Order: sequence, then C-alpha cells, then structure tokens
Amino acid sequence: MSPKLSSEVRLEGVGKRYGEIWAVRDVTLTILPGEFFTLLGPSGCGKTTLLRMIAGFARPDAGRILVDGEPIDAVPPWKRDVGLVFQHYALWPHLTVYENVAFGLRERRLPRAEIAEKVSAALTQVGLEGLEARRPSQLSGGQQQRVALARTLAVQPRLLLLDEPLSNLDAQLRAQMRIELARLQRDLAITTIYVTHDQSEALALSNRVAVLQSGSVVEEGTPEDIYRRPRSRFAAEFVGAANLLPVQVVELRETGVLVEAVGGVRLPVPGDPVRWRTGARALLCLRPEALRIEEATLGRETGFFATVASRVFEGDRHIYEVKVGEGTLLRVELPALGEGRIFRLGDRVRVEFSAESAVLLPQS
Amino acid sequence: MNLPLIRRAHAPGAGTRLWDPEGVLVLALLLLLAAGILYPLLQVLSVAVAGDTGGFTLRHLVAFFRRPLFLESLLNTLATGFLAVLFGSMVGVPLAFLTVRHAFPGKAVLQTLGMLPLVIPPFVGAVAFQQILGRSGMVNLWLLETFGTTLPLMEGLTGVVLVQTLHYFPFIMVNTAAALAGVDPSLEEAAQNLGASGFRLFRRVLLPLALPGYAAGALITFIRVIDDLGTPLMLNYTKLLAPQAYLRVTTVGLTDVDGYVICVILVVLSVLALWGSKAALGLSEYAALQRSAEVEPRRLSGASALAAWLIAAALLGPALLPHVGIFLLSFSKVWSLSLLPTVYTLGNYEEILFRTTGFIWNTLRYALLAAAADVALGAAIAWLLLRGSVRGRGWLDVIATMPLAIPGVVLAVGYLRMFHGWNFPGLGEPLTATWLILVLAYAMRRLPYTVRSAYAALQQLPLALEEAAQNLGANRLRTFARVTAPLMARGLLAGGLIAFITSAVELSSTILLVPRIELGPLSYGIYVYMQSAVGRGPGAALGVVAIVLVGCGTWLAHRLAARGGAGSLFRL
Repeated sequence: MSPKLSSEVRLEGVGKRYGEIWAVRDVTLTILPGEFFTLLGPSGCGKTTLLRMIAGFARPDAGRILVDGEPIDAVPPWKRDVGLVFQHYALWPHLTVYENVAFGLRERRLPRAEIAEKVSAALTQVGLEGLEARRPSQLSGGQQQRVALARTLAVQPRLLLLDEPLSNLDAQLRAQMRIELARLQRDLAITTIYVTHDQSEALALSNRVAVLQSGSVVEEGTPEDIYRRPRSRFAAEFVGAANLLPVQVVELRETGVLVEAVGGVRLPVPGDPVRWRTGARALLCLRPEALRIEEATLGRETGFFATVASRVFEGDRHIYEVKVGEGTLLRVELPALGEGRIFRLGDRVRVEFSAESAVLLPQS
Repeated sequence: MNLPLIRRAHAPGAGTRLWDPEGVLVLALLLLLAAGILYPLLQVLSVAVAGDTGGFTLRHLVAFFRRPLFLESLLNTLATGFLAVLFGSMVGVPLAFLTVRHAFPGKAVLQTLGMLPLVIPPFVGAVAFQQILGRSGMVNLWLLETFGTTLPLMEGLTGVVLVQTLHYFPFIMVNTAAALAGVDPSLEEAAQNLGASGFRLFRRVLLPLALPGYAAGALITFIRVIDDLGTPLMLNYTKLLAPQAYLRVTTVGLTDVDGYVICVILVVLSVLALWGSKAALGLSEYAALQRSAEVEPRRLSGASALAAWLIAAALLGPALLPHVGIFLLSFSKVWSLSLLPTVYTLGNYEEILFRTTGFIWNTLRYALLAAAADVALGAAIAWLLLRGSVRGRGWLDVIATMPLAIPGVVLAVGYLRMFHGWNFPGLGEPLTATWLILVLAYAMRRLPYTVRSAYAALQQLPLALEEAAQNLGANRLRTFARVTAPLMARGLLAGGLIAFITSAVELSSTILLVPRIELGPLSYGIYVYMQSAVGRGPGAALGVVAIVLVGCGTWLAHRLAARGGAGSLFRL
C-alpha cells in the first residue's frame, strides 16, 4: 500500500483545561514528516489528552495545532484524516472484521471493488488474512489489536496516532507487536505519534521522545539523549532506573565540575561550569549498569566504599543494592556472564563508575 | 467525563449556538415535550386555581375538603394505595427472598408465574375476580351450597384492594429481588462472621440493603393504584379520586372546576409519594458499591423444597385465579349462578375476531405508532443526555420522566381542555376528535420507559466506539446511524415493546379520550362489552387477546434485555 506524503504536526503553546486544572499546559512540539514520535509519561500527565486534541476529540483551550502548516482546531474529527488506534481497540461488535476495516473506506464513498482490495491489503499488512467473516468477540486480544490497526491503516491517513496500543497484550505478544509496529511504520514512512507510559517501548520504537509531567513537556530528544543525558530528575527517574546521589558542587573546572558526595568522597563529573556555582546542592545521576562493584581493597583513589545490602539474580544479570554512607542505597546491575565474583550480603565493596556516564542534575 | 466534540466547526462564535443542529434538536424536543406533558398539566392546574373572573384563588381547592364525598374519596384512595402496598409487600417480599436466596427444583417456573399477574390488565382481572370471588361467583356459590353463607370479598373497597394487590405485587417482588441479588455477598458474610444470623441478619443487614429496591417497587405500586381508573369502574365502586374525576368530566362536563381540582389532588399525591420515598431510594448507592462474588443460594430439597412450593403456592395462587376465570369466561355462553359455565361456545371469539374487528386493529395501530414514536424520542433524548453538549438538555430528562407521576386521568383531562374547540392545523377538527389524541397520550405516558432503556443501552456503549467511527470519517449523523443505533437496537426494541404492551392495555386516559366508540382500542372495547351481561363473553375474549399480546410482548422484551435479568424492565 503506497503511503501518502506524510505530514508534519506542530503544536504551538497547546493547553487544555478541565475546570480549574490544566491537564495540558503550554505544549510546543514539532513532529517531522515520517517521524516516530512518542509522548511518554505516567498516567494523568496529559499525553492522551494531547493525542485526543490532535484527533479532534478535545478542543485546546490555549494555543493551536497545525498539520502541514494548516490550523486544524476548527476541523471536526471526521474531516481530519488522522488515524487513531484506540487503547481498547474500539472495534464495533456488531460488524465483522471485514466490515470493521471497510468502515472508513465506505465513508469515503469508494467503489466496492476498491474497498475489497484495500481491506485485504490492510489485513495482509497486519498478518490477518482469512478472518474477514469473524466478529471481534471471536478474536484474541492480539488479533483485535491487528484489526484495529488495519482499520486505521486502510484509509491511509496522513497521520497515525497510537494510544497505548500494546498495553492490553501479554508480555510476549507485546514484544512481538513492538517489532511489527516498528517495521510497519518504517515501511509506510507515516508520521506516527505514539502515547505510552512504558519507557522501554518509547526507547525501542521512537525517533524522538517527549517526556511529559503534569501536562508539560519536561524533556524532548532522541531516546539516547534522554537516557544518557537527562536534564531533569523526573526524566532521569522515569526513563530507565536511576541512582540519584545527593552531592555538593565544590569546584568548577574548565571541562566539568568537582562534587563531593556522602562521606567526603570527591568525584570529577561532566557538567557545564557556567550552569553551576560552588556550594550548590545537586543530584548525581548514575545508571545502574554504568556502575561496577569490586572488592574493597585499600590504595585505590576512585569511587566510594559501600556495603552490599541485597542481591537479586535475574538470569541475565545480578542486581545489587549497596549502601553508601549512612543510608543512601545504590542500585547496581552486573551482567551474570562468565565467572565474575558474586558478592554476599554485608560484603564491603568499592563502587566504581566512569565519569562520562554520570550526569549532574539540579536538586528539584 | 463527557469530552466535548468539536462542534460549530464551520460557524464559530457564541451567537450561532441556536442554529447548531444539536441546539435545534434540543429546542424542538423541548417544545414537543412541553406541549405534550407540561402544558396539559398546567392547564389542569390553572383551571383549578383560577377565580370566576380570572386571577388566583384557592377557593376551589378549599371547597374540595368541605365536600364529604370528595373527602371520603380522598381517604379511600389513600387507603387503597397504602393497603395495596402493604398486602403487596406481604406477598412480594417473601417471594423475593424465597427466589433470590434459595435454590430448589422448579424455581424458574415459580419466577415466571410471579410475573404473570402483570400480563393481565387490572380491569380485565377485575372482571375475572367478579366471576370467581364475586357475590354470585364460583367461591361464594360453593360456600352458599355447602355452608349456607357467603364472603363479601369483592364488595366495595375490599374488592378494589384485592384486585389491585394481586395485580401489582410483582412490581414489589421484582424490585426487591433485584435489590437483594445486587447486595454484595461479602456484606452478608461479614455480618455472619461477626455473629449475626437468621432473622437478626435479615433485619440488620439484608433489609436495609434491599430497602431502595423495595421502596422503588412500593412507589410504582402506590402511584399506579391511585391512578387506576379501570378497576373501580369495572367493580362499580366510584368513591375514589380517579373515578370521581372521570365522572365529573364525563357527566358534568369540561367546565366543571371540581374535576380539575380532583386531578390536582391526584398529582399532589403522586408527587408526595415520590418525595416520601426519595430518602429510601437515595440509599441505592450502598447496595451497588461493589460485588465480589455471586451469592451461593441455599439449596432446598425434599421437605424444605416442598415447603417453599407450598408457601409460593399460597402467595401466588390467588393472583393466578383471574387468568383461569377470564379464559373460562371467554369460552362460555352461559355462566350465571353456576360454579362453571353451563354452555360453552366459540361465538365470543367469532364476535371479536370477525364481526367487531375494530378494537384489535385500533389497538395495534395506536400502540405501534406510540411505541415507534417513543423509540425515536427515547433514542434522541438519551443521545442528547449522554453525548450532547447543549445547555438545557437536562430539562428533557426532567420532563420526559414526569409522566411516571402524572395519572392518566389527569393527562387526559389536560388534553381535553387544551385541544377543546381548537381545530388542529391540517385536520380541520380538534385533535381530541381524532384517534391521533390516543397515540399522543400513549406516546407521552410511556415515554419514560424508552428514555430509560435507551439511556441504559447507550450508557453501556464505550464512547471510543463512536469516536473510532468519527476518526474514520463518519460525521455525527453517520456515526449514529452506522454505529450507535445498531448497538443500541436491543435496548431500544425492548423499551419499545414495553411501551407497546402497556399502551395496548391502557385504560385510564383511553376511557376519557376515545372520540367515538368505533375508534376505541381493545381496552375500551373490554370496558364497553363488560357494561352488559351479554357482552361479558366477548369482553373476556378481548381480555384473552390482551393477555396474549402482553404475554408475548413481555417475553420478547425479556429475551431482548436478557442481560438485565428477568424483570429489569419493570424496575423504576
């Protein structure tokens, strides 16, 4: 199925208010043609509301939304030509699979033969040939998901909106659908806006991600950017696991800053010297997989000392919690390959990390 | 949350709201309901409180309480209402507990039998009861022969209360049973765990939790009993408010103020009953809080099952007598001063099926038209209430619910007053001179049923199903036609059927509104036939037709609304 030229979406200062509460606040984003863009955030962060505004089911109370440079806020949902895949699929129980997928084509007054052709192409695309006569109630969750997707793709919308499409599937199916979704989107090169609270989905699928908190975009960038160099405590903790160590800036250097952690350990870390001042309190973000633990032998200068507080074996890795100073716990993930040393509860260890992997964040 | 759809897409600005299609629809419906329900009610009220030279006066209302006949009628009406609720509860509540909390062989049969009294229109039941329990009915003839004495069961008020109790108790039974079935079993188990059992458990936990459902059933019973015109007329007992209003209007005429005053008193009684039961109805949120599991009904077998059946038979038996009576009567040529008919005939059916066919055809025509109008109105109102966004649509709900508390006599008197002497545009004669007035009365009186069933059906539909249609290019009208309406169809049809069958046996307003006898429906035909001794046979045959019609309709409606559980359609 040949896609239309995919579209660009621009949100300009978009806001949505329910009563006194702003569910979405001053969101400005540009989603490029053909891009897979993810709105990531916890429930209630406004991501679904944003999607519904783009689809036309909610009207912005502030700002405007443009598709290919044209404001669409006055366009009713049925004239927007943006395909929305609903979280709970919203398949019509009184129609068969074929009729469900043909619905939008019939609304577009296409000739019968063309409808049949497009329905079968869409069903092939999602790997669902041969189930045309079934009712939605006779399908498994995964099949329903595919019908919902086929129904939207059949009309070749200029935009694909996905509202937590994988949240109702079991873990195995979710992983499989994730791969298929990525392939479909790449093949069709259709601009896609994906809403999820699952950070691993967001990282795996997206070209770019916007992290939302309480209706506002707190961070925007490629998955790598957001994971490796979060700029806020919220993004650091929401995207991947993060150890946040309270530190104090003690010295500004040309290429970074020197911070002092609990127990007086001084660590040089990357950071813009202009953004920090001496004496400022900050948080040092350390990813669990960027940490290593070794036996506490005297004489080494880097890292800091800790005590092993817990260990969980997860097959491919060991997850340790180690206690630094009086009560700060750090999570450390070590690959379980090979003959690496296994530490026991209460073992005295030294925690090491490479300075490049650490990110200094403002405290709040 | 009702997420607003994009409206006024091509006509922005606040001033254009009125021309929004949705706004026009709301306005049109409000006008229709105001003309069909509110205005006739206000007409009645305004006549009752208008002085001789215009202006406001309470003189007529005060005069009502000075007339011994009216006062007696008022007290009698209250007595029938309360007694029917009291006796109805004594029959209905035990049956509800028996069927919900116990399992025994033949329970389903019992539940079905419990619904049967509703299938026979009360005024038809009245005739049958006369034949069985009346002064020269089966029972008294037998008593006279055997013991030389009779029981005045059907005399005066006693007869009215007896007939109404046995007709209306299923409302109490069904509503109580539904409330009981909805009680979270863990609430009961918690009480048992803390040491309550038997009657204490019933009184302290189950009763309070089932109270809202019971109150709803009692309320329906009370309102219907005081509105019931057919039963007292059939039993020739007129010292009640509804027959008094009827007599004033038909004998003295439309100019008689007393008829209107009686109507106002009837409305006040209904409203007071609604208001009085509000406290109990409001508790309904308790019972429906959460349900963890199905209650395990207590299994009865052997002696206890037999006891259950005996209790049920004692409670239900009398209520099923009229079915037998009317059936026998419809085949009898001579049934007078004898236990059973002495001469049997098919002539009664010949009479109503081949000679005077008008009654049946009129009924089908009026009731079908009214039900169709109700389905359309109910669907539109439910959609506006749940999916609309125009201000003022809440009033649709308020007005459309009012007929539940407006006695049929009152609405009929209002129509007679409202359309009197005014040639309806396009008809060349007053609306009350045509059969259309009956369709209007039925449609307005039964509108609450379809609004409720449509509302319930639409409420169960996830909004996303409609949004998905819009997202794929269907506008709101197309979405309604292709997605919403088909998915609501079962609920709509079930509500329409209930509107149809209850319209088909409506008598309270029919009797006042029938312009000419040949335009009369079935209920009117039964009433007319029963006025003469020779007409009782054909009248009973029409009664059997009514029973078959209502029975089939009820069965079908329950099939359609199967998910709601048996009897859910008769709940308030």
